[in-house]
Amino acid sequence: MATAETAEQMETRKPVNDVLVTGGRTFSEVNEDVARPLENFPTGRWWVCFIAAMAAFFMGAVLLLKTFKDGVGVWGLNQPIGWGNDVTTFVFWVGIGHAGTLISAILFLFRQKWRTGINRSAEAMTIFAVMTAGMVILTHTGRTWLAAFWLLPYPNQRQLWPNFRSPLEWDVFAVSTYFTISLIFWYMGLVPDIASIRDRAKNKIRKFALTILSLGWRGSNRHWVHYEQAYLIFAGLSTPLVLSVHSVVSFDFAVSQLPGWHTTIFPPYFVAGAIFSGFAMVVTLLVLAREAFGLKHYITMDHLEKMNKIIMTTGMLVGYAYGVEFFIAWYSGSAFEQFTFINRAFGPYWWSYWIMVSCNVLIPQLFWVKRFRRSIPVMFVVSLYVNIGMYFERFVIIVTSLHRDFLPSSWATYVPSWVELGMFTGWIGFFFIWFLLFVRFLPAIAMGEVKSVMDQPSKGASHA
Amino acid sequence: MHNEKKEPVLSGVVGFFDEPDSLIEATAKVRDSTFKHFDCFTPYAVHGLEHAQGLPRSKVPYVTGIFAFTGTATAFAWQYAASKVWWPHIIGGKPMNSLPAFVPIIFELSVLFGGIATFFAMLAFNRLPNLRKRAFDPAITNNRFAILIENPNAGKDEEEGQEAFHPDQAEQFLKSLGAKDVRKVFEEGWFS
Repeated sequence: MATAETAEQMETRKPVNDVLVTGGRTFSEVNEDVARPLENFPTGRWWVCFIAAMAAFFMGAVLLLKTFKDGVGVWGLNQPIGWGNDVTTFVFWVGIGHAGTLISAILFLFRQKWRTGINRSAEAMTIFAVMTAGMVILTHTGRTWLAAFWLLPYPNQRQLWPNFRSPLEWDVFAVSTYFTISLIFWYMGLVPDIASIRDRAKNKIRKFALTILSLGWRGSNRHWVHYEQAYLIFAGLSTPLVLSVHSVVSFDFAVSQLPGWHTTIFPPYFVAGAIFSGFAMVVTLLVLAREAFGLKHYITMDHLEKMNKIIMTTGMLVGYAYGVEFFIAWYSGSAFEQFTFINRAFGPYWWSYWIMVSCNVLIPQLFWVKRFRRSIPVMFVVSLYVNIGMYFERFVIIVTSLHRDFLPSSWATYVPSWVELGMFTGWIGFFFIWFLLFVRFLPAIAMGEVKSVMDQPSKGASHA
Repeated sequence: MHNEKKEPVLSGVVGFFDEPDSLIEATAKVRDSTFKHFDCFTPYAVHGLEHAQGLPRSKVPYVTGIFAFTGTATAFAWQYAASKVWWPHIIGGKPMNSLPAFVPIIFELSVLFGGIATFFAMLAFNRLPNLRKRAFDPAITNNRFAILIENPNAGKDEEEGQEAFHPDQAEQFLKSLGAKDVRKVFEEGWFS
């Protein structure tokens, strides 16, 4: 009986939308706040982070050269464990790269207006994570400079073609399409905001560069109409795309015949895990960024609380998948399936399995308590644990399924070598180099979108 | 050597508003007036403004659709040709035309073609990148809303038919709609 609501009830009812930007900011204060970190010299803290990231990356680059010189054997890979930390790292970063598009596309289609405060930085994180994943998977081929010949289908004199029935070939298309579309979507969202920064720029060179990057955007409403339509289409295209990408990544495993990989639950399980790890990374980065750049009015506690709820939900989805895998292994009646899963939890790699379960299923349960959902230290620590847990999830899936081959004579154990661990650190550095440059040079809050969900100035009210 | 400065071309008359709702109200009145050439300038997409301005729906989706289907067809044809015609091999006992196995790439290429086409269609419809027309006020990408009544003769030669345009009338009209800081705007490129 929706119509029976009295006027009094309507008065006392809480508004459907929360206040998305706090502190009573006006439109011009939005520009001031977002442009401030871009128009000042970087702080000492920024330089410390940037130099640390560069150092990590250079260490990784040196170790990569060693890999190119000696081959991927220096990673500690050997039969039957042909995939180890390399593919684990790839899936880890691709997974992280799912939150941005989820926030920018799916939450857009669901009209979740709170996304506007966080979508820009989350999309940037997505792009850098997918770039990192792309670098990891290309270098994992060992002789990266030859990978283009194997991966890309193109007409050649020998008339060879890749195997289009292989999920590894699907992955090439899925990840490269995802990167391209995310990059265009992100850039398109940036255009009006770059124009805002351009119109404030004093330095000639800076103004020139921003003019080019902004494509000469003038804020014309004839342009906005096409722009908004294109934005909606991008959201519509990206939504199935983001679901497809991690499904295809899961096919890399699920389409094979190996016990532990050959399961039909993999696509939804991987997508839930991707959203889970991506949101954890967004929380990790935004907790730091809102503090460092004074963006607390835009990335509010309500935003973080909503993300924490999503982390808890997807964490439980992932936990459900862990359970179902065991049930199906038992229900299949296959001795190999049953062995694989019992070995996974109680075999030589038991520690990695239980790190995964504790970090991904148990620790996020803290978010049932509202005080923890809204506590910066708690959510920061939980998000770090989720990041660790999701690394171990991929490690568990990949390594525990491989290390016990069908014949006991082929059994082996694997520990990532120091070269591989060094490269892993290097890729983290690579990711942070880009992210730090992003927060330094581009507007980290989608100003044009935030303004549209703020309290609009109206006639009579005084607004400077 | 011609060093004489060119006469600045009047591109129109602009009036500013501080609130989106007064902009929408005024825009509807301009639409119904005798000034047929005008545009609004806003810091963000103001919803409802396109109706007030009388703009048609964007045609971008048609371009997306055409290119997305091109992607679908390309991906299928390419995989079919490579797997059945150019290099036929039996792999995993599957038929040469293994349609279900082709679906992921068919999907990805549809999205890729559709997405890239969407972006370029948006640019083409908007005539972006725009180098010729400089933004005339920094407040537009910040916190103010504007209506520009355009000079229909800007960019036309003297010989072509000139439409009647009285900037003073336009100024008066904008002021009567409650616009602030009404003034003439002259054509200026970004880098000239």
